[in-house]
Amino acid sequence: MWNFILRNIGQRLILLVIVSFVAHSFIHLAPGEPSEVDPMNPRMKPEDIAKIRAAFHLDDPLHVQYAYWIRDLFNGELKSFKDSQPVLPKIWDRFLNSLPLFILATILVWTLAFPAGIYGAVHRGGLYDRSTVFLSYALISVPGFFLSYLAILWVVGWLGVPVISIKTFGMEQAEPAYKIMDRVWHLVIPSVMLAIGGIAVLSRYVRSQMLEVLSQDYVRTARAKGLQENTVIYGHALGNALLPFVTMFGLLLPGLIGGSVIFEQIFAWPGLGRLAYEAILARDFPVIMTLNFIAAVLTLSGTLLSDILYAVVDPRIRLH
Amino acid sequence: MRWWIPGSGCIKEPYEKESKIMDKSSINFSSQAPAMSLALEALPPPETPWQEFLRIFQKDYQALFGFWVLMLLLFIALAGKVLTEWWVVFDPEMVRLTDKFLPPLSVPTPDSLPTDRPFVGMYLMGTDELGRDVFARMFQGSFVSLSIGFVAVGISLSIGIVLGGLSGFYGHVKLGFITVDTLIMRFTDAMMCFPTFFLILTAVALLPPSIYTIMIIIGLFSWMGTARFVRAEFLSIREQDFVTAAKALGIPEARIIFRHMVPNALAPVFVSATIGVASAILTESGLSFLGFGVPPPYATWGNILSDGKGFVFDAPWLFFIPGIAIFVVVLAFNLVGEGLREALNPKLRSR
Repeated sequence: MWNFILRNIGQRLILLVIVSFVAHSFIHLAPGEPSEVDPMNPRMKPEDIAKIRAAFHLDDPLHVQYAYWIRDLFNGELKSFKDSQPVLPKIWDRFLNSLPLFILATILVWTLAFPAGIYGAVHRGGLYDRSTVFLSYALISVPGFFLSYLAILWVVGWLGVPVISIKTFGMEQAEPAYKIMDRVWHLVIPSVMLAIGGIAVLSRYVRSQMLEVLSQDYVRTARAKGLQENTVIYGHALGNALLPFVTMFGLLLPGLIGGSVIFEQIFAWPGLGRLAYEAILARDFPVIMTLNFIAAVLTLSGTLLSDILYAVVDPRIRLH
Repeated sequence: MRWWIPGSGCIKEPYEKESKIMDKSSINFSSQAPAMSLALEALPPPETPWQEFLRIFQKDYQALFGFWVLMLLLFIALAGKVLTEWWVVFDPEMVRLTDKFLPPLSVPTPDSLPTDRPFVGMYLMGTDELGRDVFARMFQGSFVSLSIGFVAVGISLSIGIVLGGLSGFYGHVKLGFITVDTLIMRFTDAMMCFPTFFLILTAVALLPPSIYTIMIIIGLFSWMGTARFVRAEFLSIREQDFVTAAKALGIPEARIIFRHMVPNALAPVFVSATIGVASAILTESGLSFLGFGVPPPYATWGNILSDGKGFVFDAPWLFFIPGIAIFVVVLAFNLVGEGLREALNPKLRSR
């Protein structure tokens, strides 16, 4: 067991080094530099550009720049090109903003997708099954921002609640109850929008997984023994059908950054995705690279965690 | 009601009858070998994989619906290319400031120049903030959006098949101290660690804006899934008897790979290609929303939608027409992809 975990961690560390290479060289090989954000500005003299390039080590060869990046990243001294603020605290602040959104969306996905998928599989071919399957296709086929705009129009128009940004400006003096409700309303719509894609995809996985298990011999045996249908489905089939989803926990983590760029932009939510977008607009290389790096760390630790969990919950898998 | 698919003609019903006959004959004559071989001579050839695929696909009404929507879309896109660029009947770039924000099905205002009037005498889908004909723009955009999807998927499939095939077939070859398989799959894993949309966004933002950049970037960053399952397919096919037989016959390796193995590995590739086109179209609209879409001379559906989002109240058609169009097309691609998956995957057939 420990051997397995250690070797896995070792493999993932090697992978992480490759990832950091790829992230770094990819950003730096692309044309467009931080010193060229505003080329038409007459006040940008060539010597200013040279000064900027020297300050950011942009004149050094790539491997030297890479070394600088890694050194600063692990010293915690990495500074943003845009405003010279330290990168890690900046990312941490935005991460804390994104966290409630992400947690609520995850809870919504996992609590809604499983019952929907399981019920569909058990009553396969029925009206409910066919309509939810179709609905899940429909939901992954709508452009996210189109649906979000419709939701904003509907919620603001009919219910008259605020939805843009993280809280209403100027509510500091209000009663705590109002403040909390304000935060909740701001949180709900973006989380639902963020969750919809996940619900659609996950419920279909759950459904097909459940169908696969229900068609196996031991389920038929359980039925032949005369067990009640509920015992067969919830006692015998469900556990095995849910096993593979342990691995999906790990794959959810990187969605924290990647999936939320558009939604945080729509809802003006000051989270990680928005930070990424702003960094891209400003050619803020340290922030972009560090975000990519953190996303990779999250993915790798997520998959490691799910590998171990999978082995723990499924005794048929032997670690070696 | 029967749907017609090219090539399927009237295969379905005669075949089903004959298959019943075959069942009976095999039971009746199972103990009498000579009679059985006589009966077999009179039987039709067994169902080819293609016929089997059609038989299953035709029963899937959602997938069939998607298929016909896509055929229609293909026709519209080709017509759009011809009628808006080569032989300009609908001019998507004509600015008519007198005719701003006209709702769908409205006629041009009397102030507009007679030469500027749209072809059919009215604006079928209204006009936008510059008085451009939304119908003409959607018409042109259908080709552009679809070609973004197809080119992006073409690129990602080529990379995925080559890398997956290499690592599946020549995986054991050593390059210095690591095998080809390790090299390719570790690189694939590294690429999968990044959040795809963020990566695409970064690349598109840093590179000079053009329609080709977007196609290529979307393709370059979405091949990882294809590579992984092509590798898996190759690994399992390589061990099968027909490949061993081909090797024993002394068939050259290239021919074994491309004539014998690739066709057998293609089924999941088709599925992921169909769904890949859908997600490329969605990605393009997302990029447009963030302001990194296809630059102005071309209209794409994502462009029109993200330009229209500012006029939801004043001119809702600018928002709803492209939004619903993207929705229908992406839905059709997803339904066809899922239908293909069901029809091509023998594991799912019994369900």
